[in-house]
Amino acid sequence: MNRIINHPILGKSEDRKRISFTFNDKTYEAYENETIAAALLANGVRTLRVHEESGTPRGFYCNIGHCMECRVTVNNQVNIRACLTVVENNMIVESGKQHPNIVKRMVEQQ
Amino acid sequence: MTDVIVIGAGPAGLAGAIACAQSGLKTVVIDEFIKPGGRLLGQLHEKPSGEWWNGIKESDRLTKEAQDLSVNIRCGVSVYNLEKEANKWSVHTNKGTLSASFVLIATGAAEYPIPLPGWTLPGVMSIGAAQVMTNVHRVQVGKKGIIIGANILAFAILNELQLAGIHVERIVLPEKGPLSGKAGVPNEVLKSLTDASKLAPSSFLRLGGRLMKSDGLRKMAIKFFPKNGVKMNGTPLLLRKAAVEIIGDQQVEGVRVADIDAEGKIILGSEKIYEADFVCIAGGLYPLAELAAVAGCPFQYIPELGGHVPHHSEIMETPLDGLFVAGNITGIESGKVAMAQGTTAGYSIAKRAGKGGIIDDLLQQAVQNVRTVREQAAIQFHPEINDGRKKIYEQWEELYTKKQNEYDDVKIG
Ligand SMILES: Cc1cc2nc3c(=O)[nH]c(=O)nc-3n(C[C@H](O)[C@H](O)[C@H](O)COP(=O)(O)OP(=O)(O)OC[C@H]3O[C@@H](n4cnc5c(N)ncnc54)[C@H](O)[C@@H]3O)c2cc1C
Ligand code: FES
Repeated sequence: MNRIINHPILGKSEDRKRISFTFNDKTYEAYENETIAAALLANGVRTLRVHEESGTPRGFYCNIGHCMECRVTVNNQVNIRACLTVVENNMIVESGKQHPNIVKRMVEQQ
Repeated sequence: MTDVIVIGAGPAGLAGAIACAQSGLKTVVIDEFIKPGGRLLGQLHEKPSGEWWNGIKESDRLTKEAQDLSVNIRCGVSVYNLEKEANKWSVHTNKGTLSASFVLIATGAAEYPIPLPGWTLPGVMSIGAAQVMTNVHRVQVGKKGIIIGANILAFAILNELQLAGIHVERIVLPEKGPLSGKAGVPNEVLKSLTDASKLAPSSFLRLGGRLMKSDGLRKMAIKFFPKNGVKMNGTPLLLRKAAVEIIGDQQVEGVRVADIDAEGKIILGSEKIYEADFVCIAGGLYPLAELAAVAGCPFQYIPELGGHVPHHSEIMETPLDGLFVAGNITGIESGKVAMAQGTTAGYSIAKRAGKGGIIDDLLQQAVQNVRTVREQAAIQFHPEINDGRKKIYEQWEELYTKKQNEYDDVKIG
């Protein structure tokens, strides 16, 4: 359980409706009205995508829409910021994939 | 028909929208976050009176007040461009274009990154990201964290993480270099912390506040700074250690840290790895002013205000007709100051829109209120904020008011 339920000042977090969505074909549970980034972190998922060229993993960085590190594909729409987008029931979320860099490979092989 | 478009539903934007609506202007507020409140949402600290400053409650209060005045608040909408077309401003968003005679840009601040090897690993985040995850989303950022960077915002958020039961193991400095600047030099860090000593996070620093204004004493303090750090509510602040690399395979596993001298130079052979599953980078804040730049507003670099700010007057006008600014876009200050600036901008817009009555009095009171709130602010990000404000207003006088007067003189003559 990665959620902060009790808080000495902010109080107990309200009991919200549960919904389900998929991320890279796996089904996860989320709370209604939370962001994709928050829902995934609550499920222990930190890696949101891999770098398009190097293939190294990336997660959220700023969490408020400034850095674009959290971009994912949502219902087939690419480059959606996971930190600003509310997760919806049955939403299909996918992480970006590494793209082949043909020119670079050719240069490397020479 | 909309009279005013406010970009940003933080304290500045909401207060601005309230003042506009109270003056009879039809107002829309746009924000790309999931709910209104801006960076106020994550803020939580105990005031000297013992009461709590609860950003969520403050945001709810402002939002309700605006909505009661029929302000239309639209969340989840991003603005990417604005331009003047036939006497009106067109505001382009991912959900279509809006237009109005007046625009108030209140986009707030962003965090300076401090890139260091390994900083793209999942589990590395800005300190503000941890604040939002903890207080707004109520999700744990990890079990064991390290903060890189020692400044007021880092201390405020450390306190919030501790309140929520999130364990932060230690605070270290970033390695000195062109990207970290003064943040990697213990001597400079201690100077900036003692400048802000009235809100210093530990009695050690508070005690030393006055004393350590002296260069010599400060150097001595750094020299004798305890090796295990000074505890801040249980978390050691290590001013003589710097992060050289964040390590991990698929996500954060730890931070490689080295001892440093008073000037930030690494002491060879002192490297050690501290385990962690999350890392927060605290690089400080700068005004998020891209949209003012896109609109064609001239800028000035003023370090006391946190970076480049659009030219503006004390009543929040920019040189572009119908375009106003308020809040952290004009310089980094606390949420309360942003709110007061927003009110000023709102009345300023109403005056420009030709609303008569007591608007002059309201505007004057609002300007005075900004000064009062600034003086009483519990958090001051830049100790020389007043100098910064003076610079930008003097520049306005020089560039815009005088010219206008000369022009008027010529016309009359
Ligand atoms: C991460 C972070 C943490 C902070 N923590 C504290 C703290 O603990 N204590 C404190 O006193 N101050 C803190 N501050 C300073 C904070 O900026 C002020 O306290 C205050 O919130 C500024 O108010 P504002 O209205 O100017 O901007 P903000 O509160 O930042 O509001 C700006 C709003 O504009 C929206 N926006 C920005 N760009 C666009 C766009 N292109 N399209 C649509 N919407 C947009 C944002 O989503 C945001 O909601 C923090 C700032 C940041 C960035
Ligand atoms: S994490 Fe920075 S834009 Fe989403």
